Amino acid sequence: MQRYVCGICGYVYDPAEGDPEGDVPAGTPFEKLPDDWVCPVCGASKDEFSPE
Amino acid sequence: MKGLYQAVKVSDHVYWVGAIDWNIRDFHGYATRRGSTYNAYLVLADKVTLIDTVKAPFKDEMLSRISSLIDPRDIGQIVSNHSEMDHSGSLPAVIDEIGPESVYASVMGAKTLGELFHPGPEIIPVKDGDSIDLGNMTLSFLETRMLHWPDSMFSYLVEDRLLFSQDAFGMHLASSERFDDQIDPAILEYEGATYFANILLPYSQLILKLLERVKGLGYQFDIIAPDHGPVWRKDLTGIFEQYHRWALQKPTAKAVVVYATMWHSTEMMAAAIAEGLISEGISVKMMSMDVAHRSDVAYEILDAGALVVGSPTLNNNMFPSMADVLYYLKGLRPSNLVGAAFGSYGWSGESVAQIETLLKEMKVDLAGESVKLKNVPDSEMLSSCFSLGIDVAQALKARL
Repeated sequence: MQRYVCGICGYVYDPAEGDPEGDVPAGTPFEKLPDDWVCPVCGASKDEFSPE
Repeated sequence: MKGLYQAVKVSDHVYWVGAIDWNIRDFHGYATRRGSTYNAYLVLADKVTLIDTVKAPFKDEMLSRISSLIDPRDIGQIVSNHSEMDHSGSLPAVIDEIGPESVYASVMGAKTLGELFHPGPEIIPVKDGDSIDLGNMTLSFLETRMLHWPDSMFSYLVEDRLLFSQDAFGMHLASSERFDDQIDPAILEYEGATYFANILLPYSQLILKLLERVKGLGYQFDIIAPDHGPVWRKDLTGIFEQYHRWALQKPTAKAVVVYATMWHSTEMMAAAIAEGLISEGISVKMMSMDVAHRSDVAYEILDAGALVVGSPTLNNNMFPSMADVLYYLKGLRPSNLVGAAFGSYGWSGESVAQIETLLKEMKVDLAGESVKLKNVPDSEMLSSCFSLGIDVAQALKARL
């Protein structure tokens, strides 16, 4: 599955890991993240991310 | 140390109790030729509160300044707005010495402090919009993630209309004066811009959003108290406007020609390109990496519209001083630039393509054909460099 990188801080969202701190289970593709999901490192919104 | 160092009154309830580092000249790779200060502030509310601390070697200076007012053990609370060690380095030792009831930081700050000090101090995490009651006063928190670390936050002292802005609106400037109106405005603008370019530039988009957000919150500001350099009490509008302008990175008719050279061939090319740019009315800053510092290049890029980069090839690679400055600039993510690459070489000549690759990664729009030439340029080759200068100038002017 496609990984996405945060354009602000460089954090990489890896669907294989999900975002445990944001209650996003492993295996969740980036497109399926809720619209109000934010980068766990810097708080950037989804639209700041681009495919790695 | 009581009695040596003095606190300086900032507002009705707030005193500066920081430290002056007259001699620092290298701040993690940023040339700080005027030294710096690490600002900590004491809020003399019913619950006495210390905002940030100082770099570890300056702990006694800070405690001495606090002692000029109160017994440091009367401090009930400490707020860490920013975890970086120039503001938190003395935090664990200060906590041990004075034993405050509570220490506050953002959620990310609590995490970072733990990772810095193993184990970190016990922190009460606060969130965006939270407030703490200081008895007769209120301190509110505003998260400013990635300005410029994930943990960064502002604290706002409601009654004194005073914003503790940690590194934002700060600068590396050691001075015995504590306020903006006591210092030459040209120095403030230069050092403020240098700080912005070297520390905050990558987060320009967040700064624009933050400025909008702060406007929307309707806070009134009488004083902005940053963690480095002077406290703003006179020209708050000016520093807000400067931040807005710097964050927009609107290109101006200015080109930075940055180059390295071995036997002056690349330097001759740089001079010809500069002449081409100047002939089109562009202001040019020539920067040889033999003498310029990377942080001076960052400062010049802040209001430039073009970045033209030249390097000879040394053992199949661009010159090391050029790799240094280009990787530094890449991390700072300047935007809205046109550019070009050039360089002389002896036999293999990889540098120009390497520079082009980096400039593309930096989203610099390449204008004209890069000029790559073998050994010493002749007059025809210098004419192509002059033409490259014209090409870059025209591409830049089309954007103004």
